Amino acid sequence: MKRALSSLKRDKFLYALLVPFLLWYAVFMFKPMYGLQIAFLDYSVFKGIDGSPWAGLHHFELFLQSDYFIRVLRNTLLISLYSLLFAFPAPILLALLLNEVKNAVFKKSVQTLTYLPHFISIVVVCGIVTNFLSPSSGLVNLVMEKLGLEKIYFLAVPEYFRTIFVSMNIWKEAGFAAIIYIAALAGINPELYEAAVMDGASKWKRTLHITLPGILPTIMIMLILRIGDLLEVGYEAIILLYQPATYNAADVISTYVYREGILNGRHDMATAVGLFNSLVGLVLIIAANRLSKKYTGNGLW
Amino acid sequence: MTESRGEKIFYAVNYVVLSICALAALYPFLYVLFASISSPEAVVTGEVVFLPQDLTWDAYAAVFKEQAIWTGYANTVYYTVIGTLASMAFTICGAYALSKRRLLGRKLFNMLIAFTLIFQAGMIPTYLNFRSMDMLDTRLAIVLGFAITTFNVIILRTFFQEIPEEMEEAARMDGAGEASVLWRIVLPLSRAALATIALFYAVARWNGYLWAMILLKDPDKIPLQVLLNRLVVQMKPTDTMLADSAFTVGETIVYATIIVAVVPIVAVYPFIQKYFVKGVMIGSLKG
Repeated sequence: MKRALSSLKRDKFLYALLVPFLLWYAVFMFKPMYGLQIAFLDYSVFKGIDGSPWAGLHHFELFLQSDYFIRVLRNTLLISLYSLLFAFPAPILLALLLNEVKNAVFKKSVQTLTYLPHFISIVVVCGIVTNFLSPSSGLVNLVMEKLGLEKIYFLAVPEYFRTIFVSMNIWKEAGFAAIIYIAALAGINPELYEAAVMDGASKWKRTLHITLPGILPTIMIMLILRIGDLLEVGYEAIILLYQPATYNAADVISTYVYREGILNGRHDMATAVGLFNSLVGLVLIIAANRLSKKYTGNGLW
Repeated sequence: MTESRGEKIFYAVNYVVLSICALAALYPFLYVLFASISSPEAVVTGEVVFLPQDLTWDAYAAVFKEQAIWTGYANTVYYTVIGTLASMAFTICGAYALSKRRLLGRKLFNMLIAFTLIFQAGMIPTYLNFRSMDMLDTRLAIVLGFAITTFNVIILRTFFQEIPEEMEEAARMDGAGEASVLWRIVLPLSRAALATIALFYAVARWNGYLWAMILLKDPDKIPLQVLLNRLVVQMKPTDTMLADSAFTVGETIVYATIIVAVVPIVAVYPFIQKYFVKGVMIGSLKG
């Protein structure tokens, strides 16, 4: 107690800085967590948290039994899986190719151009996608028409949605995500390559036995982080791109929460679904961290 | 190092593949630019694929005539400038205090903020929280409600920790107060880190869309991105744009709007790029 008081007195400036900072977390981060209890209430905004009657696990049961549950869970997992299969290796491949470039100016130019989409807002990127794929005057359909093909309204066809979405994400983020691998590649000891050349190892052998093992720890960490984020599928972009015709393939947990909670005003139900999502996410992150510690020796915490 | 024939082929193919990647990243922007300065007829008939046709500024004239674009722009500048200042103030306060080992409860506070990295209340409780404080449809909600990004606090805290304590001690010996140690010693020494963090915040603010869409209803308060969703993604032109059908620029006005929206980012991009690369590196080491 005495120690605390003297510390307060000595470092009053530090505590003065800390107060607004912690207050912010209390009001904008932890107070909403207190509000999570409406997932268990028959909530009405007029009665508030204290006045709304208890509903137990009713909303969770309702959600788990509804057709939406299967749909949004399937879509979330499928989009995540496609991202893992296609979007995850893309920056690794790009970094490996860039690593083989000897002309520094060329390398720098390619990097600069491929980073660029990362800085463009998701609204603009989705706007470009929507306009390029538009059935009447979109570039893709114009070119297809010239080649004598039928015009297709891509964004209204559920079968195309996930492909469009994952491709868009690769285009937007692969370049920037490659940074981390480029750095890892730069950290590989050049003597290893020299020794391998002396031993007559071919380019391919060197890539296989030096380069890939050299960046494997980085790949593992990124992979584990990705698994922890399995339920995070970039729903902002989905909200921008989907339409009722494609809900069947595009609707994920978070977009469902948005429609139910914000647009339809079913706050309690949407909070329950969101909480379900967060809890599964939390379990995944904890599991991913365990995995990371086991296989790479370091984790997030 | 002599290269085998196979290796030579590999290098050649590699240059071609990477050139295609770079072009693929750039081409959509080029097309949007070309379409925005071409005549709508040329765009609709597919003549504008590699170069603009029938050069015209009509689409830009129509965009600049639109009051909503100017309002959105002004709001975005406001949210970016004021929002980034608020973010920096909070982040510096927290990161500096938490960088001091002698601070009581430091471990607990660090754990609390780190917890928000792996668990958050989610969209609806956050929305209802703003609602309960009467902050719906207010600029304050956007500026203050999203002021701190925990990740940035951690980056800055790490940076502050690496400044030798002796430098601060020396300043104190010379009679500097605590505030002036922070203001005259620590902050100037951290210029590069502060620039990186400020840019992280500013770009996020400039591009921010989801919460502005959820929280703001008043057309006078919405930032450019929310307006863009309507004009460019939903492709619903405003009344003034429709009334201007004499222009018949409907097809190209969308492209001109996109160009107007991305020009500031593309213009500063070459200068800010390296800070982002640096930020990613620090983040990856400590994150």
